[in-house]
Amino acid sequence: MMHASMGTQGKRPAHLSQLLSFVRKEFRHVLRDRKTLLILFGMPVVQVLLFGFVLSNEVKNTQIIVVDHAKDQASQALIEKIKASHYFTVVADTVPQSGVAAAFRQGKIKAALVFPVNFQNDLLHDGRNTVQVIADATDINLANTIGNYLTAIITDYSRSQQPALAMPYVILPEIRMLYNPELRGAPNFVPGVMAMVLMLVSVMMTAVAIVREKEMGTMEVLLVSPMRPALIILSKAIPYLILSFINLLAILLLSTTVLDLPISGSLLLLLAESMLFITTCLTLGIFISIVTDTQQTAMFVSLIGMMLPTIMLSGFMFPIEDMPYPLQVVANIVPSRWYYVIVKDIMIKGAGFSAVWRETAVLAGMAAFLFIVCVKKFKIRLA
Amino acid sequence: MNAQGRPSYTIEADKLTKRFGDFVAVDAVTFNVSKGEIFGFLGANGAGKTTAMRMLCGLSVPTSGKGQVAGFDVYKQTEHIKRNIGYMSQKFSLYEDLTVNENIEFFAGIYGLPRETIRTKRGELLAKLGLTQEAEKLVGGLPLGWKQKLSFSVAVFHQPEVVFLDEPTGGVDPVTRRQFWDLIYEAADSGITVFVTTHYLDEAEYCNRVSIMVDGKIAALDTPTELKKQFGVGSMDEVFYQLARGAQRGGA
Amino acid sequence: MSVLSVLLKKEFRQIFRNKTILAISFVAPIMQFIVLPLAANYEITNINLAVVDHDRSDLSRQMIDRITGSGYFRLVDYTASYSQAYALVESDKADLILQIPNGFEEKLQREKVQKVFIAVNAINGMKASMGGAYLNSIIASFNRSIVLEAMPTAAPSGIMVTSTAWFNPDMNYKLGLIPGILAFLVTLIGGLLSALNIVREKESGTIEQINVTPIRKRDFILGKMIPFWILANVVFTIGLVLSYLLYGIVPQGSILLLYVFVAVYLVAILGFGLLVSTYCATQQQAMFIIFFFVMVFILMGGLFTPIDSMPGWAQVVTQFNPLAHLIEVMRMVMLKGSSLMDILPHFLAIAAMAVVLNVWAVLNYRKTS
Repeated sequence: MMHASMGTQGKRPAHLSQLLSFVRKEFRHVLRDRKTLLILFGMPVVQVLLFGFVLSNEVKNTQIIVVDHAKDQASQALIEKIKASHYFTVVADTVPQSGVAAAFRQGKIKAALVFPVNFQNDLLHDGRNTVQVIADATDINLANTIGNYLTAIITDYSRSQQPALAMPYVILPEIRMLYNPELRGAPNFVPGVMAMVLMLVSVMMTAVAIVREKEMGTMEVLLVSPMRPALIILSKAIPYLILSFINLLAILLLSTTVLDLPISGSLLLLLAESMLFITTCLTLGIFISIVTDTQQTAMFVSLIGMMLPTIMLSGFMFPIEDMPYPLQVVANIVPSRWYYVIVKDIMIKGAGFSAVWRETAVLAGMAAFLFIVCVKKFKIRLA
Repeated sequence: MNAQGRPSYTIEADKLTKRFGDFVAVDAVTFNVSKGEIFGFLGANGAGKTTAMRMLCGLSVPTSGKGQVAGFDVYKQTEHIKRNIGYMSQKFSLYEDLTVNENIEFFAGIYGLPRETIRTKRGELLAKLGLTQEAEKLVGGLPLGWKQKLSFSVAVFHQPEVVFLDEPTGGVDPVTRRQFWDLIYEAADSGITVFVTTHYLDEAEYCNRVSIMVDGKIAALDTPTELKKQFGVGSMDEVFYQLARGAQRGGA
Repeated sequence: MSVLSVLLKKEFRQIFRNKTILAISFVAPIMQFIVLPLAANYEITNINLAVVDHDRSDLSRQMIDRITGSGYFRLVDYTASYSQAYALVESDKADLILQIPNGFEEKLQREKVQKVFIAVNAINGMKASMGGAYLNSIIASFNRSIVLEAMPTAAPSGIMVTSTAWFNPDMNYKLGLIPGILAFLVTLIGGLLSALNIVREKESGTIEQINVTPIRKRDFILGKMIPFWILANVVFTIGLVLSYLLYGIVPQGSILLLYVFVAVYLVAILGFGLLVSTYCATQQQAMFIIFFFVMVFILMGGLFTPIDSMPGWAQVVTQFNPLAHLIEVMRMVMLKGSSLMDILPHFLAIAAMAVVLNVWAVLNYRKTS
């Protein structure tokens, strides 16, 4: 331990050594709570793995049934073709029309494909025919997508059977995917997970840790110690700063190795911006701890007041520009909404500081503003 | 130890031991407490007092030894023990977010007292403690001394055989402490055995008999007068000092 | 006066005095119901399109008109410079670029085939692929119409597909979300609040006072669970009323069936909360652990992404996810009018979970340590 007599600077080394010993104490508290630590580190890992390997909006093995009134060669061939695609799983292909409603009600299927009687004959005779897709439209987008995919398979079959139907003029769209050629979910959600996890740790944990001292009454003991109040608060925030940073590294490591998602831009810039975001969140956590009196309240304000809006309004689950205007305004107050853009730009698009200076300025502004508010409120509380 | 008829002692401990891994918190303590006695259980912090008490209350299973409270075995009949004791914990143990009335109603109801009895007794109790005006106030808002007296009264409300008090007078002024001990005397006079742990040595003078725990063992057990005579000193403080000098654990 | 009724009286008094619990129980549903559906925009209508038209012919303009006329796209730029359009994508002002090559109209007449180029900002996978798909199908339909114009006698041929939508008469994009919100609320109150309540007694030390009384384990547990069971049902009812008032959703199936299922579900989730509380010493731990599980449950619950699309092993895991069962049953009964027989498998799964979780929790809870 350093002694105050070290050096000729007088006060400064004493404060620093005090701070260090407080930080060490706080760290011990944190490290002793194994269960919370497990969740703190496990959560981002689990989220990244879930998003990376489990969750997907793609149509895969979607369960459908077929009502085949025709039972002829054409319908059978088409059914086989659909079965062969990995988009659909045909749960049953001998369902009578009367069984369709029940099949939906049993919750197993998302769509039913209906072939009319005399399917093949009419097709050969008239050169055309119609099949019906009945879709569960409680999820309209999914229903549309299912319809599109089935149509594509059917059209493909149709063309292969009747090549004479080649069109005289053909416009051929060629599609190229930018930034994310394989249409993977990772580039979208990894920045989102980063924002969420860092916010959770920094805001909620800091708030609760400080409020717990208040609730237990030990805060007053600290306040009468020779240690400056600002340093006490700081000592509580620093362990969570470090934990958040470790979390950040873990997520980045996972995404570059397991998810195969490299960091296109500057790692240093990304880390710097992340530190700014973490600092903003910590300040927010400190603010919450000043205005709440019990752990329960602090937890809930953090959770309901911070996390839920973060998840909903940060732009990661739903695009902000599609939200009603008042919500867009509210979204601007959510720090993770800015951080999300920064991470996406740097990590996925490989942009440099010039592209994100505006968002950086907003975050820095938020941090500064919150800091000033904290200092003011803290002084009021003490007096 | 079987409960056959009325036991001769309300509390009996025979080589009662509690081990946590390698650490022996309570080391083969042996003592008896008679009905209506005020038994003081003294010792430094960490000497093992609270652990010993928890075993007697049915909160903690002993590692070895035998014990009996109100005629019931501390291993197999803990629920019976609980029906016949009262308890006041070190950490404050009434509900801060319930009123004085509601707390009494709750705890008395748990012990099966009928509603009418509760109501009458409660009125009397509050009058005696001078808390009638505060009856509908949340307990959290009361000063510490009142909370403690209330806590004790709740603990003996159902006239248990034994009441266990774990450091009941921490943090209050001497006058309030005196008043608290007046309540204890009253309870003892009505036939309730009082088992109290404390590290206030002057309170030892108020007890019928006192045991002093050092490093998990009982180092001394007798009336305060006898102990002072035995050690040739004038106060319990000095008795304790003599014993605790060689102690490995804890500090006063 | 039974011990249980004494306990319940105390619990209810404490709950009603606890502003935080009340706030959560009533503010959270309202916020969820109003904000989430507003924010959640599944309707793909404002896909920002930048068009780079090197041809600027009648044909190219007709095609662009057809595209913008579809209502899915919003034209944010019409330029001759690809780099300008690309800059828009970079700054997230455009989602897609359609590039029409030089001589489009002329070469189509002559060579019968022409390519157009679509570049999609594929970071937002959903919007991108849907945007691309829509663009594709609009161009295809435009293609057909110019063919028809050129050869009016050609009749449409091949196999056509007609789509019929069931269970969503108002074509409400957010319909599927509402049962999910209800499920989440019920879980929050039943699982989280109850667990925190028990752990708070542990933290403040009042549990020791309970442990030293003759209160039976079973009475204590019931005393903790029943108030939150009731509270969760109240919140569920508020939720149903809000769904009707705000979104006009009327349950298609039996409301009684819904309540019965929710009743059993709550027993399971309260058991879960109780189990977690036996392992935690502080409220912070309990909150974190439950939050973690609820988050995993929600993500894997089929609310935001379909369960069918998960790998096989994950689908098996979903069987053990109570929230997934609840969401599915809510959707089935509320939106499709499913009956008891239809939801029986889910019922059995939840009932089994209720038994296992509660037995485990009760065995774990010890008055004597």
